[in-house]
Amino acid sequence: MDIISTLNLIIPTAIFAATPLIFTALGGLFSERAGVVNIGLEGLMVIGAFSGIVFTLIFEGLGFGAASPWVALLVAMLIGAVFSLFHAVASITLRADQIVSGVALNFLAIGLSVFLVREFFGRGQTDYINARIFRESVPVLRDIPIIGNWFFSSIYPTSFVAFFLVFIVWYVVFKTPFGLRLRSVGEHPMAADTMGIKVNRMKYIAVMLSGALAGIGGAVYAITTSANFGGGTIAGQGFMSLAALIFGKWHPLGVLGAALFFGFAQSLSIAAQQIPALANVPQVYLLIAPYVLTILALAGFVGKAEGPKAIGKSYEKGSR
Amino acid sequence: MKKILLVFLFVILAFGTLLAACGQADEEEGQAGTPADTQDTTDEETGDDTDGEADAGDFNVKMVTDVGGVDDKSFNESAWEGLQQFGQDHGVEVDYIQSSDASDYAPNLNRLARDNTSLSFAIGFLMADDIYSVADQHQDKQFAIVDVVIEDEDGNTVPNIANITFAEHQGSFLVGVIAGLQTETNHVGFIGGVEGFLIKKFENGFKAGVKAVNPDAQISVQYAQDFNDASRGQSIANTLYSNGADVIYHAAGGTGNGLFTEAINRARNGENVWVIGVDKDQAEEGAWDGGNVTLSSMIKRVDQAVYQVSEMTMNGNFPGGEILEFGLDDEGVGIAPTTDNVTQESLDAVEEWKQKILNGEITVPQTDEEYEEYLASL
Repeated sequence: MDIISTLNLIIPTAIFAATPLIFTALGGLFSERAGVVNIGLEGLMVIGAFSGIVFTLIFEGLGFGAASPWVALLVAMLIGAVFSLFHAVASITLRADQIVSGVALNFLAIGLSVFLVREFFGRGQTDYINARIFRESVPVLRDIPIIGNWFFSSIYPTSFVAFFLVFIVWYVVFKTPFGLRLRSVGEHPMAADTMGIKVNRMKYIAVMLSGALAGIGGAVYAITTSANFGGGTIAGQGFMSLAALIFGKWHPLGVLGAALFFGFAQSLSIAAQQIPALANVPQVYLLIAPYVLTILALAGFVGKAEGPKAIGKSYEKGSR
Repeated sequence: MKKILLVFLFVILAFGTLLAACGQADEEEGQAGTPADTQDTTDEETGDDTDGEADAGDFNVKMVTDVGGVDDKSFNESAWEGLQQFGQDHGVEVDYIQSSDASDYAPNLNRLARDNTSLSFAIGFLMADDIYSVADQHQDKQFAIVDVVIEDEDGNTVPNIANITFAEHQGSFLVGVIAGLQTETNHVGFIGGVEGFLIKKFENGFKAGVKAVNPDAQISVQYAQDFNDASRGQSIANTLYSNGADVIYHAAGGTGNGLFTEAINRARNGENVWVIGVDKDQAEEGAWDGGNVTLSSMIKRVDQAVYQVSEMTMNGNFPGGEILEFGLDDEGVGIAPTTDNVTQESLDAVEEWKQKILNGEITVPQTDEEYEEYLASL
């Protein structure tokens, strides 16, 4: 297998593995840029995956046909936003510790969703969805030599949405007044307050945006990959997204790069086992490769990851 | 005011955690309580039927599920079906207890032993350590465990535990025959969960079956090293299909969901790809609006095994200390009843090879060494 066909194999897989991480990490970006640590991304993804599958099944039943997973994505986004209010109320209004409240959110999400699955379906996992989101190939663009095969010949539409979202988030965070306020709240809330920005309102909006995007991330994973929901459907992707956020230095483009890097490392370790030249390498080295690459990248090439100044601190009006 | 809100929030979170506990074991409340508690709640917890039918003396059979629960559409559910069937056929009392957590196994098994259960089943190898210690404390009681062999420190089996295993390699051989005959690219694949003795049986049986009918076929094997990572399963399936395999057999639990997703995606683009399921009839997983990608499935008849061991015990032949292997001869393994995508030629071949295995003409390999010997003998 030559290098081109190997890349033809690895790159589309990397993109598809990275897509849910991109959505979720962009959500975390809003929250953390506003100074609220969001360990609860995992739980928000669980709720998103659960709602995505359940509502796809419901909309299928109502006769929405192929549109049902897309409508379900929107519902998962709304439910994610509402669910994140637990985190917002606890950590912003009540000024509870943000890590504790995020961890509580994770427990609540998995407990609640497994309980509801038992209630609705009478067993530990949901039925399989029929109306899925399928990989598509883009006419014209797929005929571009090399790149056409990588990016346009078999790709989930949700991956395109994720890429566009990266640029939208970049624009919103760095080029709009809203983004400036968001960042100032995360860097120096007192200064922001003095300038008339409603600090807690900004934080609420940011946490709800993170819930919405993490909800989409979870739903995208469930709808495109697992096709049903059970207690083990989301196992660690939320934490991977958090890692991608920090690895990407709280910047949308960095997040995109980090998520793609994680996806690339994983698909490389899988594809490598079918490449004749590497067939004699013991499997364990290929399996640990993604983690070794990540550590090397973090230690050697990225430099210091410095987050927003006021992250993790709750803001009390008038305190100094 | 803030305090009230805080209290309110904690109540909600605590409630959520409680829900989680109920969600996994909604049939029972007091199982982790004191012995008195568990006695009191026994009546509400009994499985639905066969009450009042008991006329075969005091003989009764009960089982403890693993964390999958009695309705897991797999192992535990199949075992319970076998028990219910046994209860109906022989008019004896059958029941189950669900385990919501690994720490429930020992108390649940203990409870069955104390209730003078004639035969207590532990469903799944996860309970291996617990059944060993419980059986040691109740040496006058009879136990059975599915999918694992219990040995003491000296490597001997335990006299009051019957060990139920399956000849997965034989069932895998048969689906291998189907794969070998129906592959058009002459290239098939296998995706394993975690590499180990058990999954190796699936792998080697499958490979032997393919080679038996199609010696030139290429077989690609890859392990996900995870039973619950659909994304990894999809990536592996993508790699194998892209490299030319058109039939993939999986023994990888939830990781296999990704294989079905990948196959459906490709089938939708007009590719001719197939999946072979495992443990139960996986036709449901392979269905999409234009057809079904499930070629066949290798099924393990846990219900048959449970039924037969119960029957032996009732007749006074409790196979304690024995290692029972349920294979083709007692319908312990086989191919799934759904055969819509299997050609008549393949079905005939399956029947033919089944007979060859049954009358000992061929021995299906289980380990890598046996597979090498098998290949040399072809």
